[in-house]
Amino acid sequence: MDNQKNVMVFIESRNSKVAEVSLELLSAASRLAQELGSSVEAVALGHNLEEELKALGHYGCQRVYYTDDERLSHFTSVPYAKTITRIIKQYKPGVVLFGATTMGRDVAPRVASALKCGLTADCTDLQIGEHKIKEITYENTLLQIRPAFGGNIVATIVSPESVPSMATVREGVMKMNLPDPDKTVEIIQEPCVIDEDDFLTEILDIVREEKQVNLKAAQIIVSAGMGASDPETIGLAKELAKVLGGELGCSRPVVDSGILDKEHQVGQTGITVRPNLYIACGISGQIQHRAGMSEAKRIIAINKDPQAPIFALAHYGIVGDVKDVLGKMIKAYKTKA
Amino acid sequence: MGLRIIVTVKQVPDTHNVSGDAMKDDGTVNRAVLPTIFNPEDLNALEEALKIKEIAGGTVTCISMGPPNAVEVLKECLYRGADDVILVSDRRFAGADTLATSYALKCAIEKVGEYDLILCGRQAIDGDTAQVGPQIAEKLDINQLTCISKVVAVEDRSITVKRSVEDGYEIVKSRFPALLTITATANEPRPANAKQVMTYKNIGKEMCSSSYDESYIASDACAILNHVKEWNVEAIAADPEQCGLSGSPTKVKKIQSVVLAACESRQVANSDAGVADLIHELIEENIIG
Repeated sequence: MDNQKNVMVFIESRNSKVAEVSLELLSAASRLAQELGSSVEAVALGHNLEEELKALGHYGCQRVYYTDDERLSHFTSVPYAKTITRIIKQYKPGVVLFGATTMGRDVAPRVASALKCGLTADCTDLQIGEHKIKEITYENTLLQIRPAFGGNIVATIVSPESVPSMATVREGVMKMNLPDPDKTVEIIQEPCVIDEDDFLTEILDIVREEKQVNLKAAQIIVSAGMGASDPETIGLAKELAKVLGGELGCSRPVVDSGILDKEHQVGQTGITVRPNLYIACGISGQIQHRAGMSEAKRIIAINKDPQAPIFALAHYGIVGDVKDVLGKMIKAYKTKA
Repeated sequence: MGLRIIVTVKQVPDTHNVSGDAMKDDGTVNRAVLPTIFNPEDLNALEEALKIKEIAGGTVTCISMGPPNAVEVLKECLYRGADDVILVSDRRFAGADTLATSYALKCAIEKVGEYDLILCGRQAIDGDTAQVGPQIAEKLDINQLTCISKVVAVEDRSITVKRSVEDGYEIVKSRFPALLTITATANEPRPANAKQVMTYKNIGKEMCSSSYDESYIASDACAILNHVKEWNVEAIAADPEQCGLSGSPTKVKKIQSVVLAACESRQVANSDAGVADLIHELIEENIIG
């Protein structure tokens, strides 16, 4: 059996629940494994997760290597990294995927460092292809595609000599398969061989905070860029979002300038969204931003610059003063509805 | 006996202000036209180190890997109150991915010697990977606490911090030594101190050979304060094979400037009637209610 082609997903669990991003990654892994003619595996850590893990099968996972220990019920870096490293060394997958979450971005680099293998952060697409280095051709290598350099370019990264190739992927980027309840997963119990000395982080408190904004679940998003960042225009964007029953999003510079909180940020380093309607107000449309919203079903772009790249992506383009157009939209909706 | 704190800093192109002419015709980035800045979250890491030093006493040593020009960010560190700055620079470090970068920085940190805390910015704005910090921690075999939004307390041999996570935050504690990655929300970095700027006005560089004498640091801390140390591959006793391009498992296969997928776009007139028609159409199609 050629283990080296299997695709493994790190299963992130928060509060004893499997994170959505892990199911998205299993769906992506299924597509990659199909192309490679290999299996989808997973590595899970935690305590009393068996019931939760059964659902992984519905998303295409064939085997999950599960380490159960009470001390692993909450994430800490060293014990998680050492356990995942051990599983990868033992089962030798060809590809390992992590969610680009706080947990994934903490543990994946540590694992990659221990294995001396390549790791690409925040991929927006994963494909299988070949890569040539001089006369050697590497078949079936992982093409890791991500925006780079502040989103001005798209880079395809490969790590053909690295076994495995590793990548992190943001929540919401990969489309989740429809669950198939007939598919099952084999849960393989793994021993926890972590020394007590490796539990270096003491967790004093865990505080859950209700999110003020839920962009991921929003069906309508009105999003403000720097061209709509003055208080009056932002106010109108917020009002339009409210009357349409949606949420207020924004681009990265708006967050960097301290105008809106990070939880509003759509884009590669923010939140990836797939709403029914996305209204981009005064957003030029750098790829960094587009990576987070290009899959919206309908996109309306409002910008005073007719050359703004966002128009190429939009289903409807309105060239004009953002404040003026937003005012018209609010008025039009209120009088129609 | 105060704390020995190491801060890693990076000079980055100001990617937030990339203009059209920063892209060459072949779709690659023309770094030459981009202004460089102190990576923003590294300034937060430096600020946190200086604050901890103010409370607990000790030393702050800043290390940057980069081209000779990266000395600029190290000067900024001195102006803000760093005690010692080191430029890790060598052509053989060029083309390093995060693995090779963390290897070189690990070698440099080992050369510095004893430390209690290593502070890094959470991520650099040119790559946004957030990988180098955890990779340094793994190579030094020490604990890491990432995404720190606040230092809660510094005790005798441990630190307690607030760690931001998706659904809230955690308060976690680690003994020394530990590596922390600091986010922009942790603090407001201080500006350069005018007096320090004058002190370091004519700062020079001291080339360091592989026979660099360690006892020099311990015996005369004041004398080296006026210098930026420059360490090459030999100085940090690094394996050249693990540095730069040859130590980097990830390769760039292809770079494309961004081409937008053409989409069937409809121009809507910016008039009351045009906007009203659009809203009506969206209601008809049940896109909005």
